[in-house]
Amino acid sequence: MKKKRLRFASIYQAALLLLMYLPIVVVVVYSFHASKSTIRWQGWSLDWYRKLAGNRGLLEALKNSLILAGLSSGAAGVIGTLGAVGMARVSWRSKGAVEYISTLPIMIPEIILGMVFMAFFAAVGLPFGMVTLVLGHTSFCIPYVFMMVKSSLVGLDKSLGEAAKDLGASEIRVFFDITLPLIMPAVLSGMLLAFAMSLDDVVISIFVTGARTNTLPIRIYTQLKSGVTPEINALCTIMLAVTFVMVGLSRMLGKKAPIN
Amino acid sequence: MKRRSRTMDRAKASCWTKRAREGRWWMTVIPLYGFTILFVALPILYLIVLSFLTRAQTWGVVNQLTLENYARIVKPVYLNTFKESFQLAILTTITTLAVGYPFGYFMARLPKKRKTMMMLLVVIPFWTSALMRMYGWIIIFRSNGILDKLLMWLGVTEKPLKLLYSYPAVLVGMIYSLLPFMILSVYSSTDKMDWSLVEAARDLGATRLEAFLTVTVKMTLPGILSGIVLVFIPSMGLFFIADILGGGKVMLVGNLIQNQLQSGRDWPFAAALSVMLMIFTSIMIWLYRRLSGVKDLEGLL
Repeated sequence: MKKKRLRFASIYQAALLLLMYLPIVVVVVYSFHASKSTIRWQGWSLDWYRKLAGNRGLLEALKNSLILAGLSSGAAGVIGTLGAVGMARVSWRSKGAVEYISTLPIMIPEIILGMVFMAFFAAVGLPFGMVTLVLGHTSFCIPYVFMMVKSSLVGLDKSLGEAAKDLGASEIRVFFDITLPLIMPAVLSGMLLAFAMSLDDVVISIFVTGARTNTLPIRIYTQLKSGVTPEINALCTIMLAVTFVMVGLSRMLGKKAPIN
Repeated sequence: MKRRSRTMDRAKASCWTKRAREGRWWMTVIPLYGFTILFVALPILYLIVLSFLTRAQTWGVVNQLTLENYARIVKPVYLNTFKESFQLAILTTITTLAVGYPFGYFMARLPKKRKTMMMLLVVIPFWTSALMRMYGWIIIFRSNGILDKLLMWLGVTEKPLKLLYSYPAVLVGMIYSLLPFMILSVYSSTDKMDWSLVEAARDLGATRLEAFLTVTVKMTLPGILSGIVLVFIPSMGLFFIADILGGGKVMLVGNLIQNQLQSGRDWPFAAALSVMLMIFTSIMIWLYRRLSGVKDLEGLL
């Protein structure tokens, strides 16, 4: 009886996982396809990767996306970490409200956040482009870092910092020599997560980008709506490999974080 | 959880009594306060204001207060979009719950090592580009594509089904994109469950099904509710899935907002639509907190 149930569970999980990975596998396989057509299989080739290397527009978009993700996850890393560390010590009344508002960007539907930024930046008169993109992306990167660091602080041994202070270390030194090294895995893990989210974002980017700044997801989106060449497959496959590495790193670091 | 709240209480108490200890730590929260107020709170407030302003004749906004934008939402054309979007969201939520609950439940019952492995397997597709996955579905659904070929080979159908750009395609895309949220929510609450309660129920004579319905479902309710919130809310806004897989045949509230913004140029109306969606979202989260008694959404990270 128990064995039968177990077998059903395994088959069910395997089948669902297969379905989950199917679209991804399809994209990867067709990136090595010799022909543009997806109707009949015509052998393997690396043509699309070669073509990709010569596609200026796509590479430019990729560069923009990487810069954007780097800047916003970096900014979020600083703001989120300092904020989480400070929030644990400050006892202001507004604390709860600010913490709540700061996580709103990942709670409300993306389209609303996009609309909010578009309207606001237009009203303020900020020119749409990299600056607005970075501001928009930073807003939804902060919660990832903040939440990660916050949960790692809960398990932190407070006596370490106190001991250092008793020995005469200043607060700044305590922060840089004791607290920061201890929470570093959580910081990096949050930042990597934020980086991956930024790299993948379409909705907010569509709303806050300017006419001349393309990010990779925006380009892919416009191409998907018109006509796609398998160069996109090749690019997606490379991005997939990058994401794999990033998630792997984030997980490894996350495990080291003193959460438990 | 309990231990955590106690540490928090202690931390809070020590904050109040030893105020001096706070020292200059307040400086570290300034960037977070500044960013949050300037670039999150203020823009959201502006959106609310915008929803009460009047659209200018040609382009832009006139500073004249009106309720017109909200009145327009009730027009049949727009109300219909809300209705359709709701239907799709409900259908998506029910299906993800039906498909995702067993998965999350089984996952929590795996031995520890395989559990982490399974977790990773569920999360990976989730971190890959959403567009890439949608593109995969295009290749599968395309006329004469993989699915058509398979079905014709199996002899199920004679002709290509023309599944791309249809309602079912959008539904599949939505379920597919949002399923991990449901799985992880259910998993995290099943994982925390006290199995001795199920055993107790069984010892007291409950059948397996009875024990499941009365104990397990009740104990995993926070996870179920959190999954529902996490699936339902985005499923009204994911306009790009409706765009790519529905080819303009399926309209979500998200598509309506995007159309108003980019082609209609009616920002105040788009703002009013967004405010409605935001109010709806808040109500759902509030309901979730009331019903489950948990503050944070289960399995969000």
